[in-house]
Amino acid sequence: MKELTRQQYLDLYYFMRLNRAVEDTMVKLFRQNKIVGGLYSSLGQEAVSVGTAYALEKKDWLAPMIRNIGALLVKGVPPRDVFMQQMAKYDLPTKGKDGTSHFGDLENLHIVSPISMLGDLIPVMAGVAIAGRYLGQKIVAMTWIGDGGSSTGVFHEGLNFAAVQKAPFVLVLENNQWAYSTPVKRQVPLENLADRAKAYGIPSYVVDGNDVVAVYTAAKEAVDRARQGEGPILIEVKTFRRLGHAQHDPAEYVPKEMRAYWEARDPIALYEKFLTSEKLLDSKSKKEIDEKIEKLLSAERDFAENSPLPPAEFAAQGVYCSGDDCHKVAPKWERSISEVTPPKSSVPAVWSVEGFGSGKASSGRSAPIHFGDTQKPEEPSQADTEVPEAIAEASKVPPKPRSVKSTNAKSTNVKMAKKKSAKPPVVSGKSPARKARR
Amino acid sequence: MPTKANGATKANGAQAAAGTQVTFLEAIKQAMYEEMERDPAVVLIGEDIGVYGGAFKTSEGLLERFGWERVIDTPISESAIVGAACGMSYLGLRPIAEMQFIDFIVCAFNQITNFVAKGHYLWNAPAPIVIRGPSGGGVHGGPFHSANPEMYFVHTPGLKVIYPSTPYDAKGLLKAAVRDNNPVLFFEHKFLYRRIKEALPAEDYTVPIGKAVVRREGKHLTIISYAAMMHTSLEAAVELEKEGIDAEVIDLRTLLPLDEETILASLKKTNKCLVVHEDTKTGGIAGEIAAILCERAFGDLDGPLLRVTALDTPVPYAPSLEEYFLPNKEKVLHAARALAKY
Repeated sequence: MKELTRQQYLDLYYFMRLNRAVEDTMVKLFRQNKIVGGLYSSLGQEAVSVGTAYALEKKDWLAPMIRNIGALLVKGVPPRDVFMQQMAKYDLPTKGKDGTSHFGDLENLHIVSPISMLGDLIPVMAGVAIAGRYLGQKIVAMTWIGDGGSSTGVFHEGLNFAAVQKAPFVLVLENNQWAYSTPVKRQVPLENLADRAKAYGIPSYVVDGNDVVAVYTAAKEAVDRARQGEGPILIEVKTFRRLGHAQHDPAEYVPKEMRAYWEARDPIALYEKFLTSEKLLDSKSKKEIDEKIEKLLSAERDFAENSPLPPAEFAAQGVYCSGDDCHKVAPKWERSISEVTPPKSSVPAVWSVEGFGSGKASSGRSAPIHFGDTQKPEEPSQADTEVPEAIAEASKVPPKPRSVKSTNAKSTNVKMAKKKSAKPPVVSGKSPARKARR
Repeated sequence: MPTKANGATKANGAQAAAGTQVTFLEAIKQAMYEEMERDPAVVLIGEDIGVYGGAFKTSEGLLERFGWERVIDTPISESAIVGAACGMSYLGLRPIAEMQFIDFIVCAFNQITNFVAKGHYLWNAPAPIVIRGPSGGGVHGGPFHSANPEMYFVHTPGLKVIYPSTPYDAKGLLKAAVRDNNPVLFFEHKFLYRRIKEALPAEDYTVPIGKAVVRREGKHLTIISYAAMMHTSLEAAVELEKEGIDAEVIDLRTLLPLDEETILASLKKTNKCLVVHEDTKTGGIAGEIAAILCERAFGDLDGPLLRVTALDTPVPYAPSLEEYFLPNKEKVLHAARALAKY
């Protein structure tokens, strides 16, 4: 890994500071009763959001969780949007229809809005990654999940699917030790949650989440590997949730010693120390950053506070997209469409199994179907046998059985395996019993 | 149950004059094939849809023609299928996700109702995806392969829910669903797959979402139905005619948004309404229709709204039990005769 440039070191610092300042501002707004609903904090976790998102390029996609305000700021979301979301204001981004980090931008910033049900973003971002690959965009998709969220079913469905698809997808597992009030040891019987990756045959990293350079370095490597087509990567970042689940929660269930340990490892203080010792930051440039952030946030906060609340009748609008006048849905192709349209797209519809040749499904109008006709197939009339030309073309059975040879088909080992094998390997995932019921 | 839907497509008669006789199943396949030909943004995702061609052969030949990137075989992970389809749509693709049996759609319930359905309302993100699959009973599929779970989703703002009864509508509505910018759930009654045939036009056509159709005109009472029960209702209407009861039959085709105007116009004429659906009774669309009629056309009602539906039980397995569970022509006739007396 190359050393970072001075500017990169300072960017990481600036965004961590901005992240914390934005959230400090929101705590003030909360205490002034200007925040609608709950307020979640990423105090002490800034290095995770900033370090990971900083590894993405502009064209890449991300989907934040509630403690990833820092990732949104890095991606280019103005602080006013974060404030307006929390204050349920009408100007943007959801115009008061949802709060917290629940907003996105498909067009420009490539951000997908999360929902509160944990893990759901994982297959969604796998889909984003696959679509990007399909369109030739060479993008990477990234999202985050907590130690708590890593126990949801859809975490596993999503990660397995991403892995089997080799999707250009990076999943950051933000282990902040607590899922609301439950410590990680009572959630998952693993020392390292990164071990979950083994189940899906994908690589993983374990990183100190309070060291922003370590986080960035791992994330950059993961993003580069994913972009090169190596498939998904899981990064576990070990960090700590310094405040309660949200503002209402004093988190007295956290041992005092544990809190003290992590407070002494504040990611911004650690990084300042590093930057100072490396002579990348002095008191003058620190003061400049202080002033820049203060000035920015004062203006952004004013804008947000002056934004109106949504008109009541807005509640009834926007359930459906009314069509092209509302949204023009069109993919941005960065590869030739001819590659994904016939004849170039056409392939033999066979499963080839290493060492065993290939198999093709039964086909045609009388092919058996699941719980299908129990009656005898009708005598085909003239009309019945007329298949639209295009479909006939598509389902034409080649004169000779096709064989798609695996690269190893000729090796001795494979031949031996074939002889020894008592039963053929199963390539379809479905239980034969279910299919055999009728 | 009928074996042919001849006469069931009166409203489409003119358009369906030319073309080939195709089954409901082939109509679905044609719709997907033609949409994929028309637009490279259309992709398929689901279990066993590629090499195998789908458990019901609805995607047969599509992998061969369009390749691995556009016909994606997945692990058995319904949430991942719907989630991935949603993510793909954010980049402008129009995925068609298959539930191998629509019963399994509830495995993706959260993904559909919380993620997909709410996106446009909350953050202005359209999700143009279609989730389709075989539904319904009468084929002895048992409690987990026969369900009609449409009403879970009719209760979800942001979705559209389609449940066609003829090959013509199935093809035209599926094409309309693919071109729609909203998430559309598309239910295909598996009893109809190979049992009905219809001549379809050679040219490209769509059927508008949210529009019911009057399948049979009548003046004494209105039978409202959809999917396989639409054919049962039509058969009953033929019997009723012999008894001097002239029944109008409405095929809803789309359950969400519901075409209230067609229902109200019919009631104005007949003043009596019977709803027939294969879904279970409590919380079925009949209850919603009853409420709409009470709110908007109470003065037009000359009798109670009656319901002929499945029992409020799971779908039982044994043929004798399933037959008892499902609505049928006799049950429709019984209710219609009672209603006609008012």
